[in-house]
Amino acid sequence: MNYASLDAIRTDLAAGKVSVTSLTEFYLRQIKENKDINAFLEVFAEEALQSARLIDQKIAEGKAGKLAGLVIGIKDNICFKGHKVTASSKILENFESQYSATVVERLLAEDAIIIGRLNCDEFAMGSSNEKSAYGPVLNPLDKTRVPGGSSGGSAAAVAANLCHATLGSDTGGSIRQPAAFCGTVGLKPTYGRVSRWGLIAYASSFDQIGPITRCAEDAAAIYSVIAGFDPNDATSSSKPLKPCKAKIEENKVLKVAYLPDLLQNESIKKEVRDAYQNALNTLKERGHELVEARFDYFDYLVPAYYVLTTAEASSNLSRFDGIRYGRRSPNAVDLDSAYKKSRSEGFGREVKNRIMLGTFVLSAGFYDAYYGKAQKVRRKVTDAMNDLLSGCDLLLIPTTPDTAFRFGENSDDPIKMYLQDIFTVQANITGHPAISFPFGNDEKGLPIGLQAVGKYFEEDLLLGFSAMLKA
Amino acid sequence: MKLTEETVDKMAELAKLEFNSEEKATLLGDMNKILSFMEKLNALDTEGVEPLIYMTDEINALRKDEVVQTLTHDEALKNAPKKDSDYFRVPKVLERG
Repeated sequence: MNYASLDAIRTDLAAGKVSVTSLTEFYLRQIKENKDINAFLEVFAEEALQSARLIDQKIAEGKAGKLAGLVIGIKDNICFKGHKVTASSKILENFESQYSATVVERLLAEDAIIIGRLNCDEFAMGSSNEKSAYGPVLNPLDKTRVPGGSSGGSAAAVAANLCHATLGSDTGGSIRQPAAFCGTVGLKPTYGRVSRWGLIAYASSFDQIGPITRCAEDAAAIYSVIAGFDPNDATSSSKPLKPCKAKIEENKVLKVAYLPDLLQNESIKKEVRDAYQNALNTLKERGHELVEARFDYFDYLVPAYYVLTTAEASSNLSRFDGIRYGRRSPNAVDLDSAYKKSRSEGFGREVKNRIMLGTFVLSAGFYDAYYGKAQKVRRKVTDAMNDLLSGCDLLLIPTTPDTAFRFGENSDDPIKMYLQDIFTVQANITGHPAISFPFGNDEKGLPIGLQAVGKYFEEDLLLGFSAMLKA
Repeated sequence: MKLTEETVDKMAELAKLEFNSEEKATLLGDMNKILSFMEKLNALDTEGVEPLIYMTDEINALRKDEVVQTLTHDEALKNAPKKDSDYFRVPKVLERG
């Protein structure tokens, strides 16, 4: 069983060629046989099978939801009532969700099956999944390489066909970069389009939940279910959700902006630039209009991102105090040492680094120079992106400067690792929607991802564009 | 700017974290590298630019001021590392006089 799309699954379900139960059994076997990838931290086997039988019955009665037949995994920072969630951290080792995230409730209401929770970088902080407290995830396409991060388990699981689709979260590229490294589609919706109720917060003005899938049409199907206003998330947009077709009308000429500078930029892998050029050629051949654009802020994106996200992380992660939930250090002797020891023993190095940096950039005397400055840069970058997008339908750029790298390759220097995010952080700084989709391979056969960034709330166009370019 | 060990100690106290001397040395190195990377922002003129703080157009998206129980008492205590039937338990706060 190797279904290219949810549509194909649903066609077979309707024809009685497959059942949700047999599909679920198949994925459970796949997960077992591919344990070495370390994509799943926990599998909800019994429960998934029980739901599968119920959904088969619903299908027989003609009462099944829109996502019946979808077996999906969720990143380990999304709450599912009665199930553990750890953000791949020791500090939450035995934490059990008391409620479900809105995205989980919406998936279940449409009869998707949640098969387990997926490994990621601790608290979603990382670009390689090497920073999980539960071990790295292997890239199923080349097990000597990283799957990307932080939603590494989510991308690897889809690539290895351990479930049909997954949810990830994206703060600076954490859906799109692993999607690119694993040859899958990853969508980061517009900031505010998908509720974060029940998502363990990393940087609240950046975080978005989105799907990782085998095709753009599947991403559209999942996005349509999880997106939309949620009274439980005050940042969720009240704008009505447009129906998502993921199809560009025939004969519609798209205005696609691109950055000619990137085609010459030698810090980007040659094959990635070639793929970029190929995509532009293809668009031209098909009669679309290419618009040369300029974006002068690349050098400032990653620094601004780290000032703002570490600041927000230091505040968000202050809730982990070892008192109300999470791990309490057995070495605590008084209240202060309960805080300090629980946090110091429970968080990994990268998380502590970021908390410390965030504490610094917010501290008296340095606030204006770092945090205030970065907020101003954020305004400039956002204005520049809105300007750029006003002259076109979308911007096409690579997702990453490189293809999947080897374990340890970027670990010696935090800056080197951070620069992996150079093309993805932009959409989180500005809040625009962005999608990564596979487009070609490098000389080693590793997938290359290209990225389309669109105007606010124009996910449908991005999904349609990805579907069209792949076809 | 270059951070000193003293500043790191102060930040650690604020963040309720502690580091042994070896960890502190690595941390100091990492933080200094990242801070000088962050300082690239100074090359960009932001004179007169308003900081961008809110990322949505939603204004004061508040719910009605009504009491709603989202967690029961038991659920709230469920994940506590130490508790009794009613309360979270913490280590002793005051020394005996």
